Amino acid sequence: MLQCATDPAAQLGKKVAVVDYVEPSPRGTRWGLGGTCVNVGCIPKKLMHQAALLGDRIRDAPHYGWEVPQQVPHDWRKMAEAVQNHVKSLNWGHRVQLQDRKVKYFNIKASFVNEHVVCGVTKGGKETLLSAEHIVIATGGRPRYPTNIEGALEHGITSDDIFWLKESPGKTLVVGASYVALECAGFLTGLSLDTTVMMRSIPLRGFDQQMSSLVTEHMASHGTQFLRGCTPSRVKKLPDGQLQVTWKDLASGREDMGTFDTVLWAIGRVPETRSLNLEKAGVNTNPNTHKILVDAQEATSVPHIYAIGDAAEGRPELTPTATMAGRLLAQRLCGQSSDLMDYDNVPTTVFTPLEYGCVGLSEEEAVARHGEEHVEVYHAFYKPLEFTVAERDSSQCYIKMVCLREPPQLVLGLHFLGPNAGEVTQGFALGIKCGASYTQVMRTVGIHPTCAEEVAKLRITKRSGLEPTVTGC
Amino acid sequence: RLGSVRGVPGSSPPGRRARPWFPGISCTSAEAREELRRRLLGLIEDNRVMIFSKSYCPHSTRVKELFSSLGVEYNILELDQVDDGASVQEVLSEITNQITVPNVFVNKVHMGGCDRTFQAHQSGLLQKLLQKESAYDYDLIVIGGGSGGLACAQEAAILGKKVMVLDFVVPSPQGTSWGLGGTCVNVGCVPKKLMHQAALLGQALSDSRKFGWEYNQQAKHNWETMTEAIQNHIGSLNWSYRVSLREKAVAYVNSYGEFVEHHKIKATNRKGQETCYTAAKFVIATGERPRYLGIQGDKEYCITSDDLFSLPYCPGKTLVVGASYVALECAGFLAGIGLDVTVMVRSVLLRGFDQEMAEKVGSYMEQHGIKFLRKFIPVMVQQLEKGLPGKLKVVAKSTEGPETMEGVYNTVLLAIGRDSCTRKIGLEKIGVKINEKTGKIPVNDVEQTNVPYVYAVGDVLEGKLELTPVAIQAGKLLARRLFGDHLEKCDYINVPTTVFTPLEYGCCGLSEEKAIEVYKKENLEVYHTFFWPLEWTVAGRDNNTCYAKIICNKFNNNRVIGFHILGPNAGEVTQGFAVAMKCGLTKQLLDDTIGIHPTCGEVFTTLEITKSSGLDISQKGC
Repeated sequence: MLQCATDPAAQLGKKVAVVDYVEPSPRGTRWGLGGTCVNVGCIPKKLMHQAALLGDRIRDAPHYGWEVPQQVPHDWRKMAEAVQNHVKSLNWGHRVQLQDRKVKYFNIKASFVNEHVVCGVTKGGKETLLSAEHIVIATGGRPRYPTNIEGALEHGITSDDIFWLKESPGKTLVVGASYVALECAGFLTGLSLDTTVMMRSIPLRGFDQQMSSLVTEHMASHGTQFLRGCTPSRVKKLPDGQLQVTWKDLASGREDMGTFDTVLWAIGRVPETRSLNLEKAGVNTNPNTHKILVDAQEATSVPHIYAIGDAAEGRPELTPTATMAGRLLAQRLCGQSSDLMDYDNVPTTVFTPLEYGCVGLSEEEAVARHGEEHVEVYHAFYKPLEFTVAERDSSQCYIKMVCLREPPQLVLGLHFLGPNAGEVTQGFALGIKCGASYTQVMRTVGIHPTCAEEVAKLRITKRSGLEPTVTGC
Repeated sequence: RLGSVRGVPGSSPPGRRARPWFPGISCTSAEAREELRRRLLGLIEDNRVMIFSKSYCPHSTRVKELFSSLGVEYNILELDQVDDGASVQEVLSEITNQITVPNVFVNKVHMGGCDRTFQAHQSGLLQKLLQKESAYDYDLIVIGGGSGGLACAQEAAILGKKVMVLDFVVPSPQGTSWGLGGTCVNVGCVPKKLMHQAALLGQALSDSRKFGWEYNQQAKHNWETMTEAIQNHIGSLNWSYRVSLREKAVAYVNSYGEFVEHHKIKATNRKGQETCYTAAKFVIATGERPRYLGIQGDKEYCITSDDLFSLPYCPGKTLVVGASYVALECAGFLAGIGLDVTVMVRSVLLRGFDQEMAEKVGSYMEQHGIKFLRKFIPVMVQQLEKGLPGKLKVVAKSTEGPETMEGVYNTVLLAIGRDSCTRKIGLEKIGVKINEKTGKIPVNDVEQTNVPYVYAVGDVLEGKLELTPVAIQAGKLLARRLFGDHLEKCDYINVPTTVFTPLEYGCCGLSEEKAIEVYKKENLEVYHTFFWPLEWTVAGRDNNTCYAKIICNKFNNNRVIGFHILGPNAGEVTQGFAVAMKCGLTKQLLDDTIGIHPTCGEVFTTLEITKSSGLDISQKGC
C-alpha cells in the first residue's frame, strides 16, 4: 500500500492520500502505520523466531568451547519490549517517509460513499469526505475467530495480540495448522514455553505435503506437542485465571480436556472488506471469501478502483508480492510503464524452527499439471556442517527439486528445509525465473561448506528408489 | 567428431554430422600444431582401438567392419567431418609416416592401413595386441587424496576402472600431519568454517541478551574443548573417506608417490619401504601447502593453517601475517573467540577479490577489535619464552622506508600464500612441464598436461581457481571424459565463492576492477546499497555495514556480470544467485523477482541506486 502511494507522489507529483485505521483486536491490541507485516506479521514474527534461534545457539555454544550455563532462562518482557520498540521505530519511519514524499496521511476508518468518494471517521467520531480519481483498496486481512466455540472470543487471542503481549503467554495452546500457527508455536517452544498445536487436518495446506510433514516432525522433536485430528469445543476460564479447553478427537469422537495460560487462534484470516461499503461503489467480492475480485491489472469491477494485497481474490498473501504489485500499479496509473505483476514462481519461506523455503510448484502440483511420468524429483537428506559439532539432529534437513523429466529438465519447484532457508531460496528463485534446468543447476559450482551447495549436488531421483542421504563431505 | 562405437556383429557406426573437432584451433601456429599433436597422441593413448578414417572411404569401412565382427570397441575420428581434418592428417603423417586413411592403432601400437590390419588379423598379431590389454597394474593412479583426487578416483572406479590413490601427508615443520581427505577436510574449509561458527556463536551469545535470554557473566571460551570436538568430526570424515574408497574398490595406499619412469610411480611409506606401480593414466592432485617467509626463526617458531586447527593449546595473543582469505578468516575467528589479534599486511587485502569489498571486510574486522599493521613485513622471529604458548618477538620492517617495529606475541601464524606440491614428485623424470616460477602445472581445457597420459586437477593447476568444489567438479568430469562417454568439460567461469570472515563476503563473477578492465567503465552500471539485517536491529548492531553490489553490462541487456554481498550467511545467499548467473541473470529479472521477506537476500530484488548517480546509500535507521 505504502509503496503504491509513495512512488507516484514522490516521483511524479501526483496528489496522493493514504487512509489507514487499525480497528483494535477483540483483546484491545492496536498499532501504528505499516500494516500487518510490520506490526503483527513478518517483522515481529521473524524477530521472535530469531530470539528462539538464539536459544538454540546458547545450547550449541558449549560444544564449540563456550562456557555458558545450561538452562538459561528467557525473559519475555525484555524481548517483547525490544521487538515492540523496533516496530514503533518502523511506524515512525513510515510516517516520515510519507511526509517526505508529500503523501497526505489520514488516521481514519474509511468506507465508500460512491465510486469516487470515501468517508473517513476518526477515533473521536469526526467525519471527513475524500474524493479521488483512482482508489486502491489495500485493507488486508485480520485473524479469524471461530464462531461456534464457547469462550473463543472472550478468552482467546490471535497473532494480532501475541507480539504485543507485555507478559509471557505461558503454557500455550495454538489452534490451527497455517504457517502462522506453526511459526508461533515454533518460537514459543524455542523460548522454553510449553506449547501445543491443535490441528483439525493437515499442516500447511497448499504447501508441498512431504515438506509440511517434515516441518511438523521436526517441531515435534524440538518439543512442540501436537494434537492431530482434534477440534476445540469450549474454552472456560478457571477461578485461578487459567483456561480450560475442551476438545474432541474427530476419529474417536472422544472428548478431552486440558488447561493452558493462553489460547492462540491461528485458523485463517478474513479480508477486511465488509466495513468498506463496497456495494456503494459497485465493487464486487467473492461471496464466500469476501475477497475483492480483480483482473490482471489489479482493477476491480469498477475500472478506476483497484485492489492489491491480501484483500484481493486469488493473490498470495505475502508482503513482497503486495509491495511489488503496488509499485507496478502505481507505475501503470502514472503511465510510466505497462508491466503487469507476475504472480508465478513467488518464493516464500516459513520461519518454523527448521525453516522451510520454497519456490515454484509443489510435487503434488507438478504431478497434477504434467503427469507423474513427466516429472523427475531429485532429493537429498543432508547434514549442515554446523550441526555436526553441535550434535544436533538433522533428520529433517531435506532438499527436493521438482523438474520436468524431458532433458534439459526444466526446474519447476525447489523445496529446502534447513537453517537459513530464506537466504538459500532467494537466489534459486532468480534461477527459476531465468528458466534454470537441472543440468544448469548441476553445472554450477557449489560454495563450500554451505547448506545451499547441497542443492547443486542433488543426484538421486525419487524414481530410482536409492537412499537419498548425503554422506561424507 | 570423435565417437565411440561398441562393435557388435551387424552394427555399423552411426552417422555423424560435420562439426569442428577442436573448436578454436587452427594449425597455423607452431603452438597450435603442438597442441594438436598432443591431442592426437592422447587419443592414441586413450583408446584400445583408434581409427582415423574418412566416412566415404571403402577401406576405412572394411576396417570398421572387421573390428565390429570381432566385437571390439573402437574409436573413430572422421577426418572429412571435422574442420581441421587436413591438419590432423598432416600431423598424423609426421607421427606415423603414413599419409593415407584408414590409420589404425591398437593398444597404442601403429597398425597401419586397411591391408596391414587384415594381415595382422590373419597372422594372429592383432588378437595378441588386443589381448595385451592390461599391460599396467592400474587403469588410473591418482596422486593426492584430497577433494579433487578422491572425486576423480571414485568416479573412475564407478565407471569400472581399476584405480589407486596415493596419499601421504608430509608433516608440517611443526610436526602436524593428518588423515585422508586433503586440505579442505583436514586443514581448510571444514575446520575453518567450524571455528568461524564458534566465533559466530560468541556473537550470538552477546546478541541473545538483547533478545531476552538471561545470564550474567561474560561467556569464556575454551580452545581445547572446541578443537577436540572439531578434530573428532574430522576424524569421522577421514574414516568415511576410507570406507567410501573401500566400497568402491579403489586401492588406497598411504605412501608418497614419485614418478620414476613413464607410466611408473614409486610409492614410499612412512617406514621408508618402496613399492612401484604402473598405470595407463595418472592424475596429479597433490594440492598446495602453506608458504614460509624464509626469514630467521620462521620454520622453528611460526605456525601455519596446517597447524592451527589441531593446536593443542590456545594460541593466545596472535600475529597473523598475510592478507589472503586464509589470513583474514583465521584472524576473524581467533578474535571472535576473544583473542588479541593483529594482522600484518604487506600491501592489499584479498588480492584478486573486489577491492571495495575487501576493504569493507577489513574495516569491519578493524571495528571489531582486530588490529591491522599495513605495509609491514616481518624480518625476524625470536623466541623469548618457551611454553604452550610461548612468547615470540617479531621484528618487522616497513615496505616503504627504513622504519622497523617490534612486537611480542604468543603465536605467529603465517598465511602469506601457498606453494604447489609439484617439485618433489618426479615430474621431470617423465617430462611433465611445470611453471618454474610458481610450480603450477599448465594444462589444456581437458586438464591434460603436456604428457598426454598425465592429467592434473585442483590447486596445482595454473591459472585456475583454488577451491574445493571446483576440484571436485573437475576431477569428476575428468574421470567421466576419460572412462565414460561424457564430453562435458569443467567450466571455470562464474564460480561462486565465499570468504568466511566475521562478516561473510560472498561473490560470483567479476570484481568491479576486472569488469572495468574487460568491459570499460562507461559500459557498466553498478547498483549498490547498504542493508541492515532485521536480526541486527534488535541486537543493536551497526546499520551501515552490510553491503550489496551488482555489476551489469549496459550493452548486453544489463546482464549481471558481478555479484557481491557482505553480510551474514553470505555463502547461503550467493549459491542460488550463482545458478541464476549461469542462466543469464539480468537486472530486469532481479527487479521482476519477488523477495523473501524478511531476509538479507531480498535486497537484490530492490536495488535502485547506481554508483554513477553518487546518491546516498546509507540506511537511516529504517
